[in-house]
Amino acid sequence: MEEQLKIDFEKNLKNLSYSDQEKNFKENNFKEFLKQGFPNRKLENWKFSDLNQIIKSNIGDLTFYNDYSKENQIDKIELLNELEHNKIIIVDGKIEKIDFEFEDKNKIEVLVEQSEETISNNINSLINLNNAFSNKFCKIIIKKNYILKKPLLIYHATNKDTQSKNTNSRIDFKLEENACLRLIDIFKDNSAKNFINIYYNFELDKSSILKNYKIDKTRNDNVKYSYNYIKQESNSISETFILSSGSKFFKNEINCDLKGQYSSAFVNGIFDLDDENHHEIKSNINHLVENTKSYQLVKSVLEKKSKAVYQGKIFVSSEAQKTDGYQLSNAILLSENSEFNAKPELEIYADDVKCSHGSSSGSLDENSIFYLMSRGLNYKEAKKLLINGFLLDVIEKITDEEIKNLIKSLLGVKE
Amino acid sequence: MRDKQIEDLKDYKYGFSTDIESIKAPKGLNEDVIKFISNIKKEPKWLLDWRLKAFERLKVLKEPDWQKPKYPKIDYQDLYYYSAPKSFTDKPKSLDELDPKLLETYKKLGIPLQEQKRLNGIAVDAVFDSVSVATTFKETLTKQGIIFCSISEAVQKHPELVKKYLGTVIPLTDHFFATLNSAVFTDGSFVYIPPGVRCPMELSTYFRINASDTGQFERTLIIADKGSYVSYLEGCTAPMRDENQLHAANVELIALDDAEIKYSTVQNWYPGDKDGKGGIYNFVTKRGLCKGTNSKISWTQVETGSAITWKYPSCILKGDNSIGEFYSIAITNNHQKADTGTKMIHLGKNTKSKIISKGISAGFSDMTYRGLVDISPNATNSNNFTQCDSLLMGNKCGAHTVPYIKNKNADSNIAHEATTSKISEEQLHYCQQRGLNPEEAVGLIVNGFCKEVLQQLPMEFAVEAQKLVGISLEGSVG
Repeated sequence: MEEQLKIDFEKNLKNLSYSDQEKNFKENNFKEFLKQGFPNRKLENWKFSDLNQIIKSNIGDLTFYNDYSKENQIDKIELLNELEHNKIIIVDGKIEKIDFEFEDKNKIEVLVEQSEETISNNINSLINLNNAFSNKFCKIIIKKNYILKKPLLIYHATNKDTQSKNTNSRIDFKLEENACLRLIDIFKDNSAKNFINIYYNFELDKSSILKNYKIDKTRNDNVKYSYNYIKQESNSISETFILSSGSKFFKNEINCDLKGQYSSAFVNGIFDLDDENHHEIKSNINHLVENTKSYQLVKSVLEKKSKAVYQGKIFVSSEAQKTDGYQLSNAILLSENSEFNAKPELEIYADDVKCSHGSSSGSLDENSIFYLMSRGLNYKEAKKLLINGFLLDVIEKITDEEIKNLIKSLLGVKE
Repeated sequence: MRDKQIEDLKDYKYGFSTDIESIKAPKGLNEDVIKFISNIKKEPKWLLDWRLKAFERLKVLKEPDWQKPKYPKIDYQDLYYYSAPKSFTDKPKSLDELDPKLLETYKKLGIPLQEQKRLNGIAVDAVFDSVSVATTFKETLTKQGIIFCSISEAVQKHPELVKKYLGTVIPLTDHFFATLNSAVFTDGSFVYIPPGVRCPMELSTYFRINASDTGQFERTLIIADKGSYVSYLEGCTAPMRDENQLHAANVELIALDDAEIKYSTVQNWYPGDKDGKGGIYNFVTKRGLCKGTNSKISWTQVETGSAITWKYPSCILKGDNSIGEFYSIAITNNHQKADTGTKMIHLGKNTKSKIISKGISAGFSDMTYRGLVDISPNATNSNNFTQCDSLLMGNKCGAHTVPYIKNKNADSNIAHEATTSKISEEQLHYCQQRGLNPEEAVGLIVNGFCKEVLQQLPMEFAVEAQKLVGISLEGSVG
């Protein structure tokens, strides 16, 4: 594979016009990736999901080169009609369209030239891979006090005859003071057996609000990895909701640095898995200053041979007194072959804090089923009603009504 | 007056060393040293071969490095692997023949070896450096068919039992420290409870590291045959020394059908001084196998000593309906570090496990609870409940919780809870209002926090442990 990587990387550098700075950045990242390779279970973070193995058994050998100079056809991509939205369309890792049709154009700036890299390059080898192969840099800045009227939808699409087995995309966002952005990720998978690597980098200034909803619902055979890096200043709020369901493998990693006082982070997730799907959510909430808050809730419903993993970490530095951190994960195992693994972790260096976590997993409560059946429901209906209620808990945490309804209809959950 | 008392208490009570001439194996770790140990203990060939096999394996193993407390590299060639009081080459036949100095040491430690044994009737097997010194109450036990002796004696007298069970729970191919122990273990306790016997008294071992530059590598093997019951206590101390000493023991428990083993530890190794100099590295492997149906193994530990504590007493629940329990209090103060917890591996049907862990960190210390609950696909209808609470005193210390939870069986339930907080101002205020000084108030609240675990200890130990909890936290308030 190393040969293939080198050839593809050379092609990539040659065929696109990068500035020297960009070239340098890409080369450094590429070297780092070559050194580390794909993560495997020897790394603590990947203990429950051996990506190296997963790629080998699901995809086989990867190729990395995409000809970004060619135009993709974006008309074929089915858009979401349920709600009015701004859109970014990414096809095979290339940003084909950025359209803020409902917004004041002066309030939104789109940068395509990369300035200084603000965060360290060595988060993990997949970010290195992303930086080395992703197309032109893109940064979206929402100006001071601007609240987007409609949500921004990002379509991650792949073509049926996509050129390479691996696509990488990265977008940076900056929310200036008091800005507000609602961001929805939707996947349109037309290819099978691809490795899709997405990296978002968010900077949240004072009192800004970010709501990110990731919806992976349609069935596909792709292997996906997504990394959100969120840096928060004082009074900012970030809300992340993950609906993890359709892909063969999907790992969502959320890293949140709470750097300003009274900032808060919310991570909620649903695993609704079937077949041999294997999904993971890994969160890293770093409480770095006083009076910060985080809340995490993850619920799983696991059918057949599916496997869900939740690794949630709360870190509290010694300066971060008065931290409030909470984390809860519940799982219902519906089949003998399903599996739920959790690693809820607390690392705490300050004493005046309130941190707790809880985790439970097991089967549906027999008594509740009995109760419902004695009221005239059949087993299937009773089961459905219980799962409905179980998942509704998380969905109710979504603060945006429009999107809450969208997700309810996607999951077939009723109130 | 009170200040002086506190001053006295703060110092490590067991920090004396005894001047006894000792025989040491040459420094270093090699085949000759292993042969030397085996030879001096007059071991049969199979055991020497076993040790050498472990040594072979050790050569390819790497020291683990995933733990939270990091420590300077240990030079394994710079340690004495065998150290025995000289007068021991000819083993004493009765207690009266013991070196009076040794007896005095034990008196200082407060172990009931001579006079106290009659009073409270605990059978004690004391391990001094590397050799088991004396086993009291032998006759009473022998009458019931219970074997309680040092492991070297068991190798001589009951080789069939040792051969059958040694290394069945912690195999030769285990991790680095366990394998090191298999290669160079010097002594330890051996217990065998015959079928249907309920051991009439608490069995107890007292470990003490005396000579400098020695590592202590004991090996304890406890077998509870069908329908039997035994409660076993273990206590540890060491003299004050500037350098760090290594303690890498292996403890294997085997419970057959309907048997129950209760293993309690009060660990008070020298924790190092206030600046974190010296102290024991307590890297112990403890593992219990619930081999038979309806068997039960229960671990209780009070960890207050050691510069670094790194251990996970575990239960392998192999038999159907077997039960594993783990109760722990870990207290770290000054520069102490602990990374401790348990593993519950559910293999049999209807197996149950319960984990209660209480961690308290003060000063500049760092404490980690790390635990694994693994329910395998065949362990239908199994249950686990885990609760780990941490208490922090001051903002220079850390408390961490790292549980690994794996559920591969749809009919099994796992519940896990953890909290981290500090002692609430209201509680402190209330206690002080009633006339307690701040330290007494903290002592009272901490004891309440630990009560669930302290209750699990046998009576004699519970009192001592409660005092130990108080002493360990002296000087951490205000």
